Amino acid sequence: MTAITIDKATKVFSSRDGEEVVALSDVSLDIGENEFISLVGPSGCGKSTLLRLIGGLLPLNAGRILIDGTEVKGPQVKTGFVFQKATLLEWKTILENVLFPLKIMGTLDAKSKDKARELLALAGLDGFENKYPAELSGGMQQRAGICRALMHDPDILLMDEPFGALDALTREDMSIELLRIWREQPKTIVFVTHSIAEAVLLSDRVVVMSPRPGEVKQILDIPLPRPRSFAVQKDARFQEKVDEIRHLITGK
Amino acid sequence: MSHIATRTPSPLRRFWMRSQGTLLPVITFLLVLLLWEICVKVFAIPEFLLPAPSAIWLATTEQAGLVWGHTLATLRTVVLGYGLSILISLPLAFALTSSRIVANAVYPLLILTQSIPKVALAPILVIALGANELPRVIITFLVAFFPLVVAVTTGLLSVPGDLIELGRSYRATRLQQMVQIRMPYAIPFIFSGLKTAVALAVVGAVVGEFVTSDRGLGYLIQTSTAFFRMPLAFGAMLVLSLMGIVLFQIVAVAEKLLFPWSSQQQAD
Ligand SMILES: Nc1ncnc2c1ncn2[C@@H]1O[C@H](COP(=O)(O)OP(=O)(O)O)[C@@H](O)[C@H]1O
Ligand SMILES: [Mg+2]
Repeated sequence: MTAITIDKATKVFSSRDGEEVVALSDVSLDIGENEFISLVGPSGCGKSTLLRLIGGLLPLNAGRILIDGTEVKGPQVKTGFVFQKATLLEWKTILENVLFPLKIMGTLDAKSKDKARELLALAGLDGFENKYPAELSGGMQQRAGICRALMHDPDILLMDEPFGALDALTREDMSIELLRIWREQPKTIVFVTHSIAEAVLLSDRVVVMSPRPGEVKQILDIPLPRPRSFAVQKDARFQEKVDEIRHLITGK
Repeated sequence: MSHIATRTPSPLRRFWMRSQGTLLPVITFLLVLLLWEICVKVFAIPEFLLPAPSAIWLATTEQAGLVWGHTLATLRTVVLGYGLSILISLPLAFALTSSRIVANAVYPLLILTQSIPKVALAPILVIALGANELPRVIITFLVAFFPLVVAVTTGLLSVPGDLIELGRSYRATRLQQMVQIRMPYAIPFIFSGLKTAVALAVVGAVVGEFVTSDRGLGYLIQTSTAFFRMPLAFGAMLVLSLMGIVLFQIVAVAEKLLFPWSSQQQAD
């Protein structure tokens, strides 16, 4: 069964001086249920735009996007967003931040707090529930942001360079942790990254995009066994896929 | 050397380290007073030029009841004008920023109003409103209102796009966006505006009293100087400064108690 169908999606922005930027042109892509799919490509090829379109944060100029057969018209309860920056609310504690989606959607109940605590524990943040975001490291803030996106049990997680602002070591830990969370709570993940190795390590498939206009250049299967750990990087197929994607992006 | 660093400091030393932030300026202030007293005595400066701190103290405490009455009168004007400026500027800023178009239309004008010399309106207002308390409250209000409404509007407009998008992704209504995201985000801006406004409100009240009044510290300064009672005029001026400082601190403490994260953020 297909979770997300993107059918000839086209998005045009008009800039202030009236010039038109074709951010996405005729992009078609089918994403399966509980699939982990990554979008890679040079800056400006429309990765964030595609993610926002799937999340219903932007309207399309042409084409359609369906989630479980229903056309996306606006933000959906089925999707959860993780942004490049943690975008936590500075004035709320970590626990309140994680509860924020339920508060907005009006579905806060007696069990919500326990669930938020469980999620925070799963992300290694137990004991930090009552701290304010400013008291946490960047990595911890980002983990709290992921917990927040998981809080309303979305079927689809849209992640826009979620580890982009983290240092290399934290970044590696976080990607393994994300795989663990995904294994324990299966869901469809669309993951935007600049790191080719990260995309290969995490994904079932990697979508390589090209800019001006934003298009899908190629889609590659990553046939590496799961569950994966860093050891997978020693696998010859891992390096092969990384090289293949790099060649597609840079031409080298 | 490291064994010195790890030794626990004596209680006296610890007290000093903890409180030198407040003690140092207090000591400096007392030294300035002392120097002032000595200079006035040594150079025999006439009282109408510069009275000695001791003379100011005596004149003010001798008339404590009178000074206190004038202080309350000024405080009343400040509180009324300042309160009015809060009551009007907060809802106005929320309304202005709830629509992009209205915000774009009005915000530049608001910035312009900053440069209007509001105190120049005082004599005009007295003619328009009569020589009673009202023109003084209105001047106080005007002086406090504009910086406050600009600060609140700036805060509400400077919410990062990410946070707005976060709200949108959970289908936040306009009201939720305002109450859950924009307003709390603007709290540090609001308090910085409230602190500026309260200091200005004191200035506004005194200017109002200079123009028309039979009460208040501004009136006391005017009548004292008219009779060359400089120590009392200086005393009134110092009480006025003290009032400004205390009101400012009340707002600062309120911020710390109500929104601990807000004052922390400013410290960063
Ligand atoms: N809100 C917007 N207004 C105008 N142009 C935009 C907007 N968002 C993105 N673009 C343009 O669309 C193109 C794709 O942007 P984006 O999706 O952010 O790329 P990526 O995430 O792959 O770096 C870029 O040329 C960018 O300048
Ligand atoms: Mg992007």
